[in-house]
This record gives sequence, C-alpha cells and structure tokens, in this order.
Amino acid sequence: MSDHLLEVDSIQTFIGQFHILEGVSVGVPQGSITVLLGRNGAGKTTTLRSIMGMTPPASGSIRFDGVLLNGKTPFAIAQMGIGYVPEHRAIFKALSVLENLKIAERKNGDLARKGDFIYELFPDLKRLSHLSGGQLSGGQQQMLAVARALVPDNRLLLIDEPSEGLAPVIIEQLMAAIRRLAAQTTVLLVEQNFRVASRLADRFVIIDEGKSVASGAMDDLKTDSGLIQRYLGVA
Amino acid sequence: MASKRTSVLAIAAILIALLAFSFIRSGSLGNFGITVLSGLFQGMLLFLVASGLSIVFGLMDVLNLAQGSFFMLGAYVAYDVQHPGGVVDLTAAVPDPNLRFVLAVIVTVLVGAALGAVLERGLLRRLYIRPVFQLVLTFGVSLVMLELVKAIWTTTPFSWTETFGVRENFFTLFDQRFSTYRLFVVGIGLLLIVGIALLLNRTRIGIIIRAGVEDSEMVQALGINVRVVFTLVFTLGCAIAALGGAVAAPFLGASTTLASTFLLQAIAVVVLGGLGSYEGTAVGSLMVGLSIAVAQDAAIGTSLSMLPSITPMLLLVLVLLIRPSGLFGEAR
Repeated sequence: MSDHLLEVDSIQTFIGQFHILEGVSVGVPQGSITVLLGRNGAGKTTTLRSIMGMTPPASGSIRFDGVLLNGKTPFAIAQMGIGYVPEHRAIFKALSVLENLKIAERKNGDLARKGDFIYELFPDLKRLSHLSGGQLSGGQQQMLAVARALVPDNRLLLIDEPSEGLAPVIIEQLMAAIRRLAAQTTVLLVEQNFRVASRLADRFVIIDEGKSVASGAMDDLKTDSGLIQRYLGVA
Repeated sequence: MASKRTSVLAIAAILIALLAFSFIRSGSLGNFGITVLSGLFQGMLLFLVASGLSIVFGLMDVLNLAQGSFFMLGAYVAYDVQHPGGVVDLTAAVPDPNLRFVLAVIVTVLVGAALGAVLERGLLRRLYIRPVFQLVLTFGVSLVMLELVKAIWTTTPFSWTETFGVRENFFTLFDQRFSTYRLFVVGIGLLLIVGIALLLNRTRIGIIIRAGVEDSEMVQALGINVRVVFTLVFTLGCAIAALGGAVAAPFLGASTTLASTFLLQAIAVVVLGGLGSYEGTAVGSLMVGLSIAVAQDAAIGTSLSMLPSITPMLLLVLVLLIRPSGLFGEAR
C-alpha cells in the first residue's frame, strides 16, 4: 500500500443530515489513472469533494503522500499539490480564458512555464484566450477546466465526469489529453461512461450506495461481466 | 447579449427622461447644471456606500445591514476631528483647517477599516454557514453603532461649522454659482469608481474577487485562502463607506438618520444595478443620485415633499419591471 499516492480509508461523510458515504476506501497508485465507477447518486462526487475537504469526512482517514488530510481546509489541500476539476465545468464564466488560467497560478510564472504544454494539449484555448469563459462551448469549457488544474505543479488530479454532456469527437480529444497528462501526473477520475472509463483507466473502484464494493485492475473488470452488470448496469 | 442591450437601452431612456424633465423644468442652463451637479454629488455618496455593499454581497453572500452605519460613523468621526470640543480635539495641535480636514478623512477611513476588520474576523466569520444569522448580526451591529454614536455625541444633529478651503469656494458657470466642494466629492467618487474598476480588472486580487463572486468554493479549491480575501474586501467596503460619511459631513452634517437613509438608498442601488455587479452599482448610484436631485427640484413649491425619499424605490420598481435581475445582474 505504500506505493499509493492517495489512500482513502473507510471514510464516512454526511451532507447536512444525510449519510452520503458509509465507508469508502480508495487507493490511488502513483502514476496511475484510477477511475471511480458507480451509478448516479452512488457517492462518487462526494468522495472527490471529501478528498478536497469541501465535504469533510466525519470518520475514516485520507492520506496524500503519507500526510493526513483530515481537518485541513480546501485551500491547504490544494496547495499540497492536488488539482480539482469539478463536474458541470465549473469555470469562472465572467473571467476571460486567460484569467481563468492565471488565477490558478500558485507561484509567479506558473502559466508561463506550463503554457506551452497546456496550449499543445488544448490549442483552442490559446486562440480564445481573450473571450470570457461564458462565451465558450461546453467542450471548450471542459478543456479550460482541465487546463486550469494543469497550471500549478499538481501531483494528483481529481477529475469529475469530464465527458458529461459532450459530443463524441470532443470526448475523444479530452481522452487523448488526459492520457497525455497522465504521463506526468496521477489521476483519479469519476466517469459514468464505462466505455470512456475502460479505455482510459488502469485501476478502478466501484462505489455503490455510499460504499466501495470492488476495486482492482481495469483489465480484470473488463472481463467480469457479472460485476459490471450488477453495479454499473451495462452489458 | 440581448439582455445587455435591454439594460443599456433602459439606462439611456431613464437618464434621457430624467435630464430632459429637469432641463425643461429648470428653464435655464445654470439651474439645470445645479440639479445635475447635485445629482452627481448624491450619486457619488451613494456609490461609496453601495460599492462595499455590492461587492461584499457578491463575494460573501452577506448583506451588511451595518453599511449605512459606517457612513454615519464616518460623518461623526470626521466632524469630531475637525471641530473643537469633541472627543478628539486637534484644533490646537493642527490649527490649519485644511490640513485638519485631510487628517479627519484619514482618521475616519482608518476607524472604518479597523471596525470592519473586527466585525468580519470577530463576529461574521463564525456565521458564514448561517446566512440568516448574518443578516440578524449585521442589523444588531447597526443598532449597537447607533446607540454608541448617541452615547458619545448625543442625539442632536451636528451642522458643520468649521470653514476650510474647498468647502467655501464656488465657481460660476452659465451665470450660476456652483459649489466647488460638490465637484470635489464628485471627483473623489469618480477616482474611486475608476480605482476599484482597475483593482478588479487589472490585479490578481481583483481576479480572485471576481471569481469568488461567481464561486468562492472553487476559488478555495485552487489553493487560494478565500477567507483572507473576505476580510480584505469587507474591511475595504467599511472603510469606503466611512470615507463617504467623512466627505459628506461638511455638506450634510452628522446625524443618526444618515445610517438608515443611505442604507435604504444603497440597497435600492445594489438591487437596481444587479446583485453583485460592480458596473451595475456604479451606474445605479449615478441614476439614483440624479433621480433624487431631479425629484428634489420638482418637489420645490409643491406639496410633494416626500417625493425625493420615495424616488429611489420608484426607480427600482421601474427597472425591475424591465429587468427582474437588475440592470447588470445574472439570474441567481
């Protein structure tokens, strides 16, 4: 287990009076793409938000590179080198594309250093840099949300439902980008689209009704139609 | 885009109607000029209260009902520093009234900033997850400030009596005497409108504030300590409201009614301009200021003495009928 960059152990999270996570454990090996799978409302997004400290767990532990994250504020967790790409493309619509990237700088010159890599992954963003976030298409907004997490030196990226609501050709583009950036950064992904998830990830964790119920190598899951049928409802 | 066009058309139509009415009624360029300058003066004072109210609401979801009280306190502190026999008597130490006025403004801004910081860090911070409690808290703080002012300076309103340079000067235009002091306050207001716009658009802290107005949780998730930004913005908002009171006092004097009058008008400005929109607040302040001045002029010699005080609300209703989310507001 010591090779895990992120180790989530039996966390329980409440939102108001609702008991959302009732025991979720996730190990994310360094350098891997790990995907959280499960039906709508299973607790995947809450797991990512718990890791970020936005919905802090009531019990259980979360360790990043051996350091306990429990009790830390979201900004302190982010500063440790964790980038978060939330669902619904939560970019800042009133800010320009360039400002959306600049705000993510943690050190002066982050964007200047990473700009070439980011614009190579997402060439559209350079062309559109002076448009406001709200003027971008859905796919461009998603690319901006991922790009924003690449500006500082993050060691782990949490990406929530990147393919949601996007056209197939845009999904292909995003998948290619995520695969490329995974060469440098460890990724924990939430993805409803099993076809996308199975082609992208090398590890999986299935969450069902607030509990992690299965985990392992993606290649094993692809051949386990019983598990897929039972928890993901896809044939 | 279409909604923005509706806003611009609405602003243009209302301004043209106000100015045309004022021009026809005044009968001379000189009288018309007086009304316009008075409107700009009141608009700028309103901006000084409303800008903090608007940015704080947009960023922190806190409607600071004590904002008008900071304006009132500013007027009292500036009056006190300027005049002899107050809590702080500087007439012997700083005999030059011009210099003393500059000092009065600086002291007022510092007092407003310090109290704002204490309010945010000491009280509001504990209640960020309870918005209704914040409303009650800021209302309570406004009552405490009112009682403190009464305890220190009594309930009798003060009329500004100390003379100093810019307050006593006039200039003549279209055969009419105009107060240089009003122009001076309009200048300060314009400087602040431009200064705050530059801060919001050209600096990193400004980008963070604008992003925080949209989604402060996401700003945190980028590794930015948004609480520090909250304190800074709240402190600035209170300091600017206190500055407003300080520069208003030589004209309006110091009285306890300033708090509620300016708070109500500022809330009308913020809603009319669009909640959380800076440009809406700036344009809304000028529109409300001008409409009050036109109403004051129209009410002279009639039995409609209440017209100036209800005008901001009438304008608000008119704008909300055209655009329910305010001139520059997004549906929330």
